Amino acid sequence: MLVDLKNVQKSYGDQPVLAGVDLQLDAAQSLALTGESGSGKSTLLHLIGGLDQADAGEVAVAGENLRQMDDAGRAALRRTTVSVVFQQFNLIPSLNVAANLSFQARLAGRFDRAWTNALTERLGLSGLEQRYPEQLSGGQQQRVAIGRALAVRPALILADEPTGNLDEDSGDAVMSLLLDLVRDTGAGLLMVTHSQRLAARLDRRLMLAHGRIA
Amino acid sequence: MILTTAQATLSHWKRRPGQLLTLVIGLALATALWSGVQAINAEARASYDSAAQSLGQSTLEILEPVSSETLPQSRFAELRRAGWLVSPVLEGRYRLGDRTIRIRGYDPLTAPVAMQPVNLTDPNDLLGFIGGTVGFVHPETYAGLELSETDLEIYAQAALPLGVLLVDIGTAQRLLDQRDAISHLVLWPDQPAGLESLRKLAPDLRRVRPNQTSDAARLTDSFHLNLTAFGLLAFAVGLFIVHGAIGLAFEQRRAMFRTLRALGVPLQSLVIVLASEVMVLAVLSAVVGVALGYIIAATLLPDVAATIRGLYGAEVTGNLQFRRSWWLSGLGIALAGAALASAQALWRVSKMPLLAPAQPRAWLRASSRGITIQLGVAMGLFLVAGLSVQYFSGLIAGFVMLGSLLLGAALILPGILSALLNMASRLSVRPLTQWFWADTHQQLPGLSLALMALMLALATNIGVGTMVSSFRLTFTGWLDQRLASEFYVTGRDQADADALLAFLEPRSDAVLPIWRVEGALNQHPGEVFAVADHPTYRDNWPMLRAVPDIWDLLANGEGVLINEQLWRRDDLSLGDTLTLPDGPNLQIIGVFSDYGNPKAQAIIGLSVFDRVYPNAARLGFAVRIDPEKVSQLRADIREEFDLPDTLMIDQASIKSFSLGVFERTFAVSGALNILTLGVAGFAMLTSLLTLASMRIPQLAPVWALGQTRARLAQFELLRAVLLAALTTVVAIPVGLVLAWSLLAVVNVEAFGWRLPMFLFPSQWLVLGGLTLLAAVLAALWPAQKLARTPPGDLLKVFANER
Ligand SMILES: Nc1ncnc2c1ncn2[C@@H]1O[C@H](COP(=O)(O)OP(=O)(O)OP(=O)(O)O)[C@@H](O)[C@H]1O
Ligand SMILES: [Mg+2]
Repeated sequence: MLVDLKNVQKSYGDQPVLAGVDLQLDAAQSLALTGESGSGKSTLLHLIGGLDQADAGEVAVAGENLRQMDDAGRAALRRTTVSVVFQQFNLIPSLNVAANLSFQARLAGRFDRAWTNALTERLGLSGLEQRYPEQLSGGQQQRVAIGRALAVRPALILADEPTGNLDEDSGDAVMSLLLDLVRDTGAGLLMVTHSQRLAARLDRRLMLAHGRIA
Repeated sequence: MILTTAQATLSHWKRRPGQLLTLVIGLALATALWSGVQAINAEARASYDSAAQSLGQSTLEILEPVSSETLPQSRFAELRRAGWLVSPVLEGRYRLGDRTIRIRGYDPLTAPVAMQPVNLTDPNDLLGFIGGTVGFVHPETYAGLELSETDLEIYAQAALPLGVLLVDIGTAQRLLDQRDAISHLVLWPDQPAGLESLRKLAPDLRRVRPNQTSDAARLTDSFHLNLTAFGLLAFAVGLFIVHGAIGLAFEQRRAMFRTLRALGVPLQSLVIVLASEVMVLAVLSAVVGVALGYIIAATLLPDVAATIRGLYGAEVTGNLQFRRSWWLSGLGIALAGAALASAQALWRVSKMPLLAPAQPRAWLRASSRGITIQLGVAMGLFLVAGLSVQYFSGLIAGFVMLGSLLLGAALILPGILSALLNMASRLSVRPLTQWFWADTHQQLPGLSLALMALMLALATNIGVGTMVSSFRLTFTGWLDQRLASEFYVTGRDQADADALLAFLEPRSDAVLPIWRVEGALNQHPGEVFAVADHPTYRDNWPMLRAVPDIWDLLANGEGVLINEQLWRRDDLSLGDTLTLPDGPNLQIIGVFSDYGNPKAQAIIGLSVFDRVYPNAARLGFAVRIDPEKVSQLRADIREEFDLPDTLMIDQASIKSFSLGVFERTFAVSGALNILTLGVAGFAMLTSLLTLASMRIPQLAPVWALGQTRARLAQFELLRAVLLAALTTVVAIPVGLVLAWSLLAVVNVEAFGWRLPMFLFPSQWLVLGGLTLLAAVLAALWPAQKLARTPPGDLLKVFANER
């Protein structure tokens, strides 16, 4: 079991957002998470990624209980086990494409030149390695972000509306790349999306409503 | 991992070398300012010490014969045998070719270090000196000597007074043909305990206290205090600038830190990387800064050295030495300032939420909580300032007050500006003006450190400027009153004085006796003067406090005047009685200012003096004479009586000399003022540049709604000028409070007298003008950058791309 959530609860102040979420994801499985705006999809993703902590319930990723981890433990999880692809691409503006691509892998001590080169190739970023993020289009930036996430060979990829900032055509292209690569690496994928069309391309589909999985 | 993280954080500087440069320059300038002032201070202090030493005689007590010209050398041996540490000196006039010079013979083996103007550590030099073949004179005297007329090897030595030939005492006895004779004995400052009293051992010798330091020499103290105050203020300005620069260095990379954390960089690694980065940069900048400080100090030092040289008449090296004290303190301020600033910034990084949308501008939002906290801290500081003057005394308390006042004033500045801007924005109706005020308000937190530094720099300017100017005005005015007579002369003994009186009467308009005895006044070491009843005093001496008809009362022996020091120290009032040494009680009828005198002083009428001190020596005279004739009179007296210069004072030369000292003081503090202002201006430039790069998202909507980039750039300029002007307005009262503290608190604590404060609004105008100029210069570049921002950059904001 790659992800195992039991009765996860989270609220901001006195506003409950997650009111007991149960969710399981097997290794190498892909899952689409849909739901209305404000339903708590991002919040859930952040809990799984160790970016935030649940108020109650169990959050386990790759067999490890996140609720028992300290800050350093969660940082290690983000480095090696889980990669997050954000809607805004979150590249490091002062590093060029090549450095951004290899950055997380080197942080994790898992840098593999051949694999990074292959990723660059497959993401269509060849020739752009020396450019800086501000010199790329949105779709190109998101492809760098995906490459950065995959370069680590994580067990799980979390993606929060990764194509939300892109037009439909480039969004579809990026999505296809992401799905192909995830499949090839055998990583699990949990993706938040508004698009039913995109959701249909994943193994499973769940909807979040009123703080629970509907 | 540390390495990879460091690579990422450092990559920012590689992409933005300009920001790195401004950070380093900001830090370096702050260090330079501080270490420059420190260097001057250290050099000045060292120079005072060495100058005072080389003229040691004036600081040492001597024993001289009461009734004869000289005493036999055997007296020296007797006193040495009795355990007294004394050293013989023989002085006399000597003709060398067609010039008369003064010979001073001393014994290098027994003389206290403090009176050895010539360094005779080399055994060969010492042998030559003792052997009677070597002598020293001042370089100017040297130039006029006919060396062929003497068998001595004469060397120039700048530490000597003019017209004096310094030789071994044996040589002096030979040249003056006074075998076994001594003019006087110099007493070592520290004598062994339990010696038989000199009064018994040598009733024929009189113990003469060192010449009181001349009025002008006291100026050094205030000059020095001025520099010390400036050092403290430079420190404060520097601290704010360092703080601002480091804070910006962190804010610029906030989004990156968040991304790094999201990618799994542990907080600890990030903190280690950033802290080491700051320290490396701080050391680098500090080295540059210390070098710059050296240049500043070396440029200003000739003025300082000239001041000291003038004051002591002694040569002081105009060369700056690389003293450990100040370059260490320069490194110290850079590192401590950087550590302080980065501690705060790192704390914020560690508290930074991982998830909040990446918003480099969060920092720009005026945090009203922050302003409230600052106001609270400022109030606390003001309280500390108040308490420290109320309940503690001493120089430290004075400086604590000064420091807390300034820091407090700096901390409330953002609050004041924020309130003003809020008001303006509420009062404005046109949408664009409304936006302008709101936008300015929003920028305030990003600029506030630079503005605080500017405010401190301005307040320092005003404070120190007011102090120096007030001091000059007071002191020169006071010299006019205090040295109302043109010329003052004191005889060595009663015979001298009697002869002087006879000599002076036909040559002057009036000769006014000034008799003097020493003794305790209210348990303080002090002196009592008696002055004649004469218009010189009636017309010239204003009193700080006085009863009516004060001069009549004084002349009738019905009262006593005391100096401000005594008055303040013992909290006396008019009408209190003062007991004179071995004498009667007299009512205090007036208080006069007596700047720089460390002793208590009282003035009585001649009739009282005659009655109470019939046996006191009556040695001094004030001489009223046409100022043109003073220098001739002086020369005549020197010729006739062989009086040393220290016993003659002429008003005009003291005055012109004091003015010269003030001019140089002004030159030094003026240069420092400009520097401080320049550094503060640079801090503003850094902040504006940083803000400019973060402000695109705020400006883009206004641009899109139909304002040209040029127009927006004009707004940026206007804003900088406006904020600088408001800061100046706040700085003026702060500077005046600062001046008041220096004059009325620190000065009283340091010297026991209070200086009246004068205001110089024209100085403020000039300063205000300079400030606005600095603001325009600082804003020019960022504004121009804005005017040239490619529309694409502005459009990106709407594409929601970072
Ligand atoms: N930091 C926060 N503080 C307070 N409330 C928050 C915070 N973050 C999210 N919320 C609230 O929690 C709820 C869930 O937010 P979340 O971002 O998870 O929604 P979402 O499903 O991702 O929405 P969207 O599809 O619009 O991205 C929302 O009502 C939001 O207002
Ligand atoms: Mg969301």
